[in-house]
Amino acid sequence: MGLAMLGAVSQGILWGIMVLGVFITYKLLDIADLTVDGSFALGGCVCAVLVVGGVNPIVAVLAAMLAGMVAGAVTGFLHTVFEIPAILAGILTQIGLWSINLRIMGKSNTPLLNFDTIFSQMTDLTGLPSNVAAIIVGVIVAVVIIVGLYWFFGTEIGSACRATGNNEAMVRALGVNTKVTKMIALTLSNGLVGLSGGLICESQKYADIGMGTGAIVIGLAAIVIGEVLWRVLPGAKLHAFGGRLSSAVVGSVVYFLIRAIVLQLGMDANDMKLLSAIIVALALCIPVVWEKFQLKRAYTRSLKDTSTEGASTEGGR
Amino acid sequence: MLTLSHVSKTFNAGTINEKRALIDCNLHLVPGDFVTIIGGNGAGKSTLMNMVAGVYPIDAGTITLDGVNISQLSEPARAKYLGRVFQDPMMGTAADMQIVENLAMAKRRGKTRTLAWGVTRVEKDEYAERLRALGLGLEKRLTSKVGLLSGGQRQALTLLMATLTKPKLLLLDEHTAALDPKTAAKVLDLTEQIVAEHQLTTLMVTHNMNDAIRMGNRLIMMHEGRIIYDIAGDEKCSLTVKDLLQKFEEVSGGELANDRMLLS
Ligand SMILES: Nc1ncnc2c1ncn2[C@@H]1O[C@H](COP(=O)(O)OP(=O)(O)O)[C@@H](O)[C@H]1O
Ligand SMILES: [Mg+2]
Repeated sequence: MGLAMLGAVSQGILWGIMVLGVFITYKLLDIADLTVDGSFALGGCVCAVLVVGGVNPIVAVLAAMLAGMVAGAVTGFLHTVFEIPAILAGILTQIGLWSINLRIMGKSNTPLLNFDTIFSQMTDLTGLPSNVAAIIVGVIVAVVIIVGLYWFFGTEIGSACRATGNNEAMVRALGVNTKVTKMIALTLSNGLVGLSGGLICESQKYADIGMGTGAIVIGLAAIVIGEVLWRVLPGAKLHAFGGRLSSAVVGSVVYFLIRAIVLQLGMDANDMKLLSAIIVALALCIPVVWEKFQLKRAYTRSLKDTSTEGASTEGGR
Repeated sequence: MLTLSHVSKTFNAGTINEKRALIDCNLHLVPGDFVTIIGGNGAGKSTLMNMVAGVYPIDAGTITLDGVNISQLSEPARAKYLGRVFQDPMMGTAADMQIVENLAMAKRRGKTRTLAWGVTRVEKDEYAERLRALGLGLEKRLTSKVGLLSGGQRQALTLLMATLTKPKLLLLDEHTAALDPKTAAKVLDLTEQIVAEHQLTTLMVTHNMNDAIRMGNRLIMMHEGRIIYDIAGDEKCSLTVKDLLQKFEEVSGGELANDRMLLS
């Protein structure tokens, strides 16, 4: 049990890098970017092939990130230059990537067997158990990326990217080409997704053509969980943006912990996708239902008020 | 300064929804002109502003600003020269971002964005100073999200943002129409104050004939995509609402001026 939980935490952190990527498009740009499923697997495939080819595992992971960026740029290009709706542009890239990923690997999966990975090197170096080593590597990468994103989104270009998701008309009126900001955000986002795919590949010691399937839903679920936690936790409003980024990674960890628990309870691993979809759907439904409920309650209350008013005047007569 | 020659714009050309929004519009502004624009709903006032701002591609004609032909420039490329305030208070600001962040973005209008920090400490003091001049207490709420402000506050902020870096031309498209009368009056006062202070060349669309007569040095009236009346100087000073209504009835073939115009 404890071991499984440790494994879940390390997975959660490494997938958390992908969640940060999804956060950029979904939360800041207000786009649900479906490229993610493809670019995650792309990162994994590129990394696996390079590691097997004898490339340094750190370089392989960086190459995975670069590949993800290219995938994001393709979606960005389709969306901004040719004005294809973002969802469709993402789907097109994702589908195309399936074939590309197969070409890259030449088969549907690539085991890393006894090749060195960042994680095995970490284990050798420190003598720590592999799960703990994975957590340490994950935390280091996640912190570097959160700090990097915090910095970037505080710069002039980063501010313009954030504003693009908020009010495009205004951003253009202030002289920013929103095609460029969207392109930057999509590229950056998928770079992180590719990086995460590469890290996952090295930590599980294989890449699989289907490893990215449903990644976007995991990302959204983790963001939703993170947001809830962030709202509940006291003092969370401090350093708001950094907090939101960190909560995305924490959400990812919690997601994988939930997953580990339900698997321990005997749920079929394949049902996990359904559970994720339900979590996200619920998270999207609740605000809508809540608002409707509030409106209805306000109306009922106003009815009651007028009827008691009527009663009291009658009584007064 | 600003010259529009033979500018035309048709929306949805060749379809059943075809709409000739601007027909052969000509207009020349000299530096310091403050032109008010009136006209019924759908007369093409917003379209005129949008053509100058580059929101839609131009069909025919040319627009030059200070001798530069801007007809084919993209909207962000033109932003360097233009300050804009829109009718919808939501449109001019980013609701989820802080007041300072909005101002800082406006300050960089037309400049190349870099990886320098988005808001510097020095700027914050400057913005606090400028916000204080608005007299709305916003200087105490620098880090508040703009989404928490009222419509009037947002319009005042947008006005400040539009003029933070002095624009060659200020475009105001019914920027007080969505506000209650008292707030609208306040924002109009601010407008006059800011325009005078920076001697801005200004185009201001309004539905209020009194404001159109009272403010600025020149008035134009639009009807069905054309500029049908252009009056300036002493003639404008002696203009009355009655004159405008009469003019409007003349061009619309005896039809009554629309009630929004009558009421104001
Ligand atoms: N983006 C657009 N697409 C289609 N028709 C438009 C568009 N913008 C304006 N129009 C039409 O052009 C005409 C002029 O509109 P507008 O310039 O907004 O008038 P107003 O004088 O009220 O500001 C209207 O008939 C309007 O429906
Ligand atoms: Mg209009």
